[in-house]
Amino acid sequence: MARIVGGVTTSHIPAIGNAMTERLENTPYWKRFFDGYEPVKRWLEDVAPDVAVVVYNDHGLNFFLNNIPTFALGCADRYDNADEGWGLKTLASFEGDAEFSWHIAESLIEQHIDIATCQEMLVDHGFVVPMALMWRHLPKWPVKVIPLAVNTVQHPIPTARRCYELGRALGKAIESYPEDLKVVIFGTGGMSHQLQGERAGLINVDYDLKTMESVISDPEWLASQSTSQIIENAGTEGVEVIMWLVMRGALDDRVKVVHKHYHTPISNTGAGVLVLQNAA
Amino acid sequence: MSWRKHDYDSLPGTYVFDGKTAHAAYRLNKLLFSFNNEENRREFARDKAAYADKYGLTPEQKKALLEDDFLGMLRLGANIYYLAKLAVPRGFTVQDAGAAFQGITTEEFKAKLLAKGEGLTEKLERQGGYWNG
Repeated sequence: MARIVGGVTTSHIPAIGNAMTERLENTPYWKRFFDGYEPVKRWLEDVAPDVAVVVYNDHGLNFFLNNIPTFALGCADRYDNADEGWGLKTLASFEGDAEFSWHIAESLIEQHIDIATCQEMLVDHGFVVPMALMWRHLPKWPVKVIPLAVNTVQHPIPTARRCYELGRALGKAIESYPEDLKVVIFGTGGMSHQLQGERAGLINVDYDLKTMESVISDPEWLASQSTSQIIENAGTEGVEVIMWLVMRGALDDRVKVVHKHYHTPISNTGAGVLVLQNAA
Repeated sequence: MSWRKHDYDSLPGTYVFDGKTAHAAYRLNKLLFSFNNEENRREFARDKAAYADKYGLTPEQKKALLEDDFLGMLRLGANIYYLAKLAVPRGFTVQDAGAAFQGITTEEFKAKLLAKGEGLTEKLERQGGYWNG
């Protein structure tokens, strides 16, 4: 049976992508941020997952406002990155696992999570920046991927609690797949940032750290926050952090903290990294 | 006709992209979304006014677009991620945009961001368990 080896949280902002392209990892501004990923890379090497489920939001590459699914699952053999107008380098395509995706879609819908299915899906910086953070040092992507897109762009967006419930169902879906695969889940986005309006530049370190502790040992706290509360504290774009609960919900109730890292600012953003491992 | 009220409506300096906003600015955002395509970016650069008309922008939206008035476009309902498709290829950063929203210089805006990281490692040491190099 497929087994979830653990989950990782990470920011996915485009500035990280540009910094990697320009090889700025060891410059004073970026060093502490990127150094904090070395333990993540070592853990991934140790657990050697076969599949990564990447929970992210599309920022207007694959989905336009004519059709915004609340939750959408990639169900394809391949996913391409593409020009999204932000000047980012387009990265190599990603190999999917369509059978596994369709199994997850069926299982989620049986569990009353009515997710949309996508047989073609362009993946934007929200997906590719985390992949590059983990594996850009390798000649090719070492895992198959399953993209899970959450609408955090056009409100009403799903509640934090619904993301947690999706995670619970996702965990059951993954662990009922009869192939012997190791699966890692990336919860991406956040942490606090607001790009827009006179309140742009908001970074809330205390709220970010509270969120990280909550995701580790008390997901109920974050799950009970309203969308307005998260926007007030973490900013309009910081609301992406609800996607961490999808990852967290898929793990066991009690998890081992393999790594915990926080840095700010990167561009306009607070950046939190967690590696959480199921006990078994 | 009645738009629902939300707790976030009262947050200062914050324009949540919800149904009310998105509905009013659908064409403006459709224009901005078109900048995913290099050819469209070039067409816009050749004749901005004609491009605005092609997408059926309102006079207000068109004026804000032609003047690079980011705050104006935001207030008229542009989505921030879509706005970036206009701004970034033409050399503006998210810090430039943030500074424009606040009416300060980009250097001042960046200094405010850097100040958020002051004393961070000490704070994390107090919290405990954080990687600190």
